[in-house]
Amino acid sequence: MGYAEELVADIGQKFLSRVMPKGSVYSVEASGLHYRDLNTLLRALGNNGAKKIEVHNIYGQRYIGTGFDQKIIVELFGTPGNDLGAFMSGPKIFVHGNAQDCCGNTMDGGLIVVHGHVGDIAGYSMRDGKLFVRDDVGYRAGIHMKEYRDKQPALVVGGTAGDFLGEYMAGGVILVLGLNSENEKFRARYVGTGMHGGIIFVRGEMSNLVSGVKALEANEEDMKFVEGLVREFCFYFGLDVDDALDGKFIKITPVNLRPYGNLYAY
Amino acid sequence: MKSYLPPEYIVYRDHERCTRCHVCIEQCTYETHYYDAKDDKIYSRDNNCTNCQRCVVFCPTNAISILKNPNTFRENANWTQEAILAIKKQAETGGVILAGMGCDKPFFTIWDRLVLNASQVTNPSIDPLREPMEIRTYLGSKPDYLEFEYNNNDVALMTKVAPQLCLETPIMFSALSYGAVSLNVHESLARAAAECGTYFNTGEGGLNSKLYGYGDHAIVQVASGRFGVYKQYLDVGAAIEIKIGQGAKPGIGGHLPGEKVTEDISRMRMIPIGTDALSPAPQHDIYSIEDLRQLICALKEATDYSKPVSVKIAAVHNSAAIASGIVRAGADIIALDGVRGGTGAAPRVIRDNVGIPIEFAIAAVDQRLRDEGIRNKASIVVAGGIRSSAEIVKAIALGADAVYIGTAALVAIGCTVCQKCYTGKCPWGIATTDPKLSRRIDPKVASKRLVNLLLAWSSEIKEIMGGMGINAIESLRGNRLHLRAVGLTEAECRILGVKMVGE
Amino acid sequence: MYSLFTLNSRYGDDKDFDGCAIFGMMNLQGKRFPSREPVRAISNMHERGNGLGGGFALYGLYPEHEDDYALHIMYLNKEAKEKIEKLLHKSFEVIGCEEIPTKKANVLNPPKVWRYFVQPIVEKMSTKTADDYVLEKVMRINTETGKAFVLSSGKNMGVFKGVGYPDDISEFFCLEEYEAYMWICHGRFPTNTPGWWGGAHPFNILDWSVVHNGELSSYGINRDFLEMHGYKCTMRTDTEVLAYAFDLLMRKQKLPIGIVSSIIAAPFWDDIDKMEPKQAQIFRALRQTYGSLLMNGPFSVIVARHGEMIGLTDRLKLRPLSAGIRGDFFYLSSEESAIRLVSPFLDKSWNPRGGEPVVARLKIGKLVEVLAK
Repeated sequence: MGYAEELVADIGQKFLSRVMPKGSVYSVEASGLHYRDLNTLLRALGNNGAKKIEVHNIYGQRYIGTGFDQKIIVELFGTPGNDLGAFMSGPKIFVHGNAQDCCGNTMDGGLIVVHGHVGDIAGYSMRDGKLFVRDDVGYRAGIHMKEYRDKQPALVVGGTAGDFLGEYMAGGVILVLGLNSENEKFRARYVGTGMHGGIIFVRGEMSNLVSGVKALEANEEDMKFVEGLVREFCFYFGLDVDDALDGKFIKITPVNLRPYGNLYAY
Repeated sequence: MKSYLPPEYIVYRDHERCTRCHVCIEQCTYETHYYDAKDDKIYSRDNNCTNCQRCVVFCPTNAISILKNPNTFRENANWTQEAILAIKKQAETGGVILAGMGCDKPFFTIWDRLVLNASQVTNPSIDPLREPMEIRTYLGSKPDYLEFEYNNNDVALMTKVAPQLCLETPIMFSALSYGAVSLNVHESLARAAAECGTYFNTGEGGLNSKLYGYGDHAIVQVASGRFGVYKQYLDVGAAIEIKIGQGAKPGIGGHLPGEKVTEDISRMRMIPIGTDALSPAPQHDIYSIEDLRQLICALKEATDYSKPVSVKIAAVHNSAAIASGIVRAGADIIALDGVRGGTGAAPRVIRDNVGIPIEFAIAAVDQRLRDEGIRNKASIVVAGGIRSSAEIVKAIALGADAVYIGTAALVAIGCTVCQKCYTGKCPWGIATTDPKLSRRIDPKVASKRLVNLLLAWSSEIKEIMGGMGINAIESLRGNRLHLRAVGLTEAECRILGVKMVGE
Repeated sequence: MYSLFTLNSRYGDDKDFDGCAIFGMMNLQGKRFPSREPVRAISNMHERGNGLGGGFALYGLYPEHEDDYALHIMYLNKEAKEKIEKLLHKSFEVIGCEEIPTKKANVLNPPKVWRYFVQPIVEKMSTKTADDYVLEKVMRINTETGKAFVLSSGKNMGVFKGVGYPDDISEFFCLEEYEAYMWICHGRFPTNTPGWWGGAHPFNILDWSVVHNGELSSYGINRDFLEMHGYKCTMRTDTEVLAYAFDLLMRKQKLPIGIVSSIIAAPFWDDIDKMEPKQAQIFRALRQTYGSLLMNGPFSVIVARHGEMIGLTDRLKLRPLSAGIRGDFFYLSSEESAIRLVSPFLDKSWNPRGGEPVVARLKIGKLVEVLAK
């Protein structure tokens, strides 16, 4: 096939035994592999024309996909470690399991889909791309998300989120659907503290609003946008779009651009 | 509310000399001067004057002087003018008082209490004008030992040395963010760094793509707001610096007032125009030492382990233990910023009260890393109000590998330390993003001034070293024996590791 | 009297700070199991440590000495051993003693570690309870020579810890030879005491063991409050203060875990003001009385004593903690991947909320109970 020779040049003989081509997909056995070797291996496969890679038996390896800008599809089986997809901009990563902290850290493009929950600090400083989490996100998700013109990051959460969601948000969209907690109100506190841009949508009731943000019911135009995002989200998880759109949506935006403008004496 | 605040400065104009050329009116950004057509005289609104000296310098006939307002409250060592004015200002605004630049109180400068050695008789001094004097410095992690392979007459180096930065002079330009200063200033620093074989630091506002050509001389900063941080940014720089804190405001995040967030800043930082760019206080993925290690490794992964990663902290009480943790977390360089460090904007109480003088921090960190046997694993760069080449020599003698200069670089370009950077109206065109004002700095001219400064200081460093009988900076680094203390207590001497004069 | 302070803080730092990995595994039926899985799990989190500290607390370790206090004591030299053994014989009936078997492993400067099975001499106890008597003697031993330190002092349990990665410590102490129904484990990232075995976690007094990740910025006042109540904080570590706080609140003052966590990870005043008056009154009183035990700063801890394993994070959830259940096994971990490594399928897996304790309890008999408040 030819790939063997190229790979050997890149990554050394010892890892070849872990890679198995299955048609146009490469399957990698990751158990016991240090994260540095795993990432080097993934990068080498990407550089050598791989379009899709499956990685099996991941137990906590960190930084998977960090800094990748190749347009490849990566399916992860197991529990990836911290900083999954940090600084990445190209790949589409699908996690068949839960992820840990700092998922999508400073992400600059691409897609991460997690069939489970993630830990804290998801999507910190996201600049573009989409992070879809089927279940819950932890604390401090979407801190300081940013946007500029066509770079519009989106964090969509199927379950619920913890405190400090969207702290310091400057752009982008966060959408919390609460699909697994039908009768529970959205409990997170300090949502959008320091927000000066961007939008947070929450499906259902919420209390605990901080000053500096205003919460209105989403209007028709908002809902058109939300629907587009929800369709995409439901597609990846095989969820029912109507269930996900059922009920009213609250739209949270900053009250003014300078929430701390009056704090300082000049 | 009537303001109870008297003007700080009085503008004195010699009306005989004044030719009504209006230069002062055009140059002043605070609308201090105005022309009265009826009197055919130029008058001044003293309340607006910040003592930036722009009009004084540009007046063609030297007609203007700025005088400290002799009208003060009754003398009181405890209730000083500043203390009283601050309270009145806060009573009027309910706000946190901002300030620019570094701590201006008299208590924290130890440099003036340290003197340097020179050779007499027992060791010849060296003349740097005629003999080689080496001040080149490499920053990065050095291995514990080197392994070689011997093959007949061939020797090959087996040990892979970690990536290093090469400085032709031990002076780098400190972090000044694009937003705090203008793009022209960034360009001036970049050009000067490239010309002198050293580095400039982008600060936390990202690196404008116009300056990518200077990437080899750029240390790109990753701060808590992650402004302008993406793969290409990381790839372009020669090193990456994780900013935990800075000396002017330890413990709190960066602050760029909305006045300075223009279209281009909005694009760079990806935040709405006119909004305050507040960086969070901590990096939100660093809450514990192992988290720092996680970010260092993430950045190294993202750049394929090809460049050094630096960690910048403010000098605080347990800097020695923290530095030890940082080194063990994998940093190649530690940057320490002392209490005198400058800033574009910080709450004045924090600027003046939080943090420790850099002199103690260098000594404590250097000694601690040596005691733990890990001094070689990271280089130490220090900053915080370095004012002259003598201080650079003293810093290196105390244990630093190199220094960062911030305020000094801006002063070289034209700054007069009037401390009003946060207004965005810097008349010198330095601490502003206003396109009209920014044009007052011509990168060709400003970079030449910076190059001049570095050349002058490098020559002075060489002269001092020559006087000590040293011709290579490695022999000065951490060599406390070349320092003596004057007027310091025994405890201070002990912490600095420096003997008293006469001993 | 020697303070352990200089041993534990060679450079005179205010105190130690720790970046770390923590892991706990418990069989809810009280069935004992071997070391393989806990060691595998904690070793999977090598990235969180730097090889300068690792340790384990095992519960249900000495069934044949169920009612005796098992003292694990480490000695830096022979003189210290002689002195301490004299003290032990004066204060206790020593039922059994032996050096803890070890084998060669990649650990730094191992001391000698002995175990003693003891009972207090009743006549010498005066009005104290046996526990308080043992506690007093333990503090005495720790400050007597400066070269001896009690690693653990509970019944039917023991702590094995030192300077090395957790898997190396496990190998050194031959942990594969033991079984226990509850294991709590730790991997450490210290910066200032690389040589001192006593500084590793778990920290133990009586049958309380604590493993901890984070740094208490409130340490100074927490310590002062506990010293006022008779605890000598000689180690100058956050973990010591946590262990003493749990001992004071749960053993001495007999407060239940729900209240203890509301002291240590107290709710914000804003939240208290919003509560029902009766509830608000309780929480207000708690904060007024025990405000000095509010632990500020990032922390995730696992606290264990016989029959109970508690996981708790600070009220802002600044440190990670994952929980999992599979059949009769309950897990707590800094990282979920460590749990998945030893149990890829979990009946339930979740990340507890900040300031809310996760408690796994086994009752004598079959009943098991897990509550997340």
